[in-house]
Amino acid sequence: MCSTCGCDQPGGVTITRAGEDQVQFSPLTPGSGSPLAYPHQHGHSHDTRVIEMEMDILGKNDARARHNRDHFRKQGILAFNLVSSPGSGKTALLERTLNDLKNDHRFYVIEGDQQTMNDANRIAATGVEAIQINTGKGCHLDADMIHRALHNLSPANDSILFIENVGNLVCPALFDLGENARVAIISVTEGDDKPLKYPDMFASSQLCIINKIDLLPYVNFKVERAKEYARRANPSIQFLELSATTGLGMSSWYQWLEKRIAERKQEAVLV
Amino acid sequence: MHELSIVMSIVDLAEEQVKKHQAREVDRIELDIGTLAGIEFDALDFAWDAGVKHSVLASAERQINRIEGKMRCMKCGREFTVTEPFQPCPDCNDYLNEFIQGKELRVKSLTMKF
Repeated sequence: MCSTCGCDQPGGVTITRAGEDQVQFSPLTPGSGSPLAYPHQHGHSHDTRVIEMEMDILGKNDARARHNRDHFRKQGILAFNLVSSPGSGKTALLERTLNDLKNDHRFYVIEGDQQTMNDANRIAATGVEAIQINTGKGCHLDADMIHRALHNLSPANDSILFIENVGNLVCPALFDLGENARVAIISVTEGDDKPLKYPDMFASSQLCIINKIDLLPYVNFKVERAKEYARRANPSIQFLELSATTGLGMSSWYQWLEKRIAERKQEAVLV
Repeated sequence: MHELSIVMSIVDLAEEQVKKHQAREVDRIELDIGTLAGIEFDALDFAWDAGVKHSVLASAERQINRIEGKMRCMKCGREFTVTEPFQPCPDCNDYLNEFIQGKELRVKSLTMKF
């Protein structure tokens, strides 16, 4: 699936490992290659036939997401899809998490941005393997991009994979990547009505992290109001309040992760 | 603007079907799109022309069946129509609602030219 209109332009999706300067250009053209690959005659037949399809438009993405999920399950990998607006602190949250936990668990990171290797390089500086997907004009990651990134990254069994989606609270909501859980991040420097404005993202997330709480005294963000709005979209969503910069509340996030890891081990025993 | 990738997915589906049925191109395409599917209809319009260019859908007539959002209140059981994904029950003002319809995103039918 091409997430851009620029299928035929350079600037499509690229997948690059942190530390490599060789960019792999991977065009994601719709269908198979040439736009004129389909039967293309110029006769004047008027024979038409209706084909009832009832086919899900996102069916291909969902099938690829199932494939990724299956792959994660077989390898005991826990995958988290981190979604938020730009600037909410996803990368800072990851940097601190990786620095604090990298001796306890094996981590991998897939970074999604329209342009630059900046985030993958920030992650690589922590010593964790990172791969950057540049979506070009695309506004979200899709399951096929993750699939191809996985083949490049080859995460080890029983590891934890963080997928940092493109900063955008709208489009990524629609695209299942095969993750075990989706984590929405909002920061207190944004409006506390974000969950009302972008309900789809909160409806499809299992956890909502409220970041930058060290700045609460200086902003007009009401934590309880934000939570109430998010619960309207998703009555079962969980919340954590923390500051990735100061470290305040990070232990609650680590406990949440450890719980997921314990659950995964439990499932592995049952299988 | 994920509408563009939605259009590209529709083009993919149509190309596959045209190939499978050995048709020439698509004369008409019928889509079911729910008003809660996360699709901006104007953006879809905008993306359509660029997306279908040089494809089997290039000259296809497009019909979109808009499917309105419907929820059922889990407290009182009332069914009500919604225009946004999360609206409270008009009777009990509760947000705990069961989704009935409105998230459809599918190609209903294709009329192919041979």
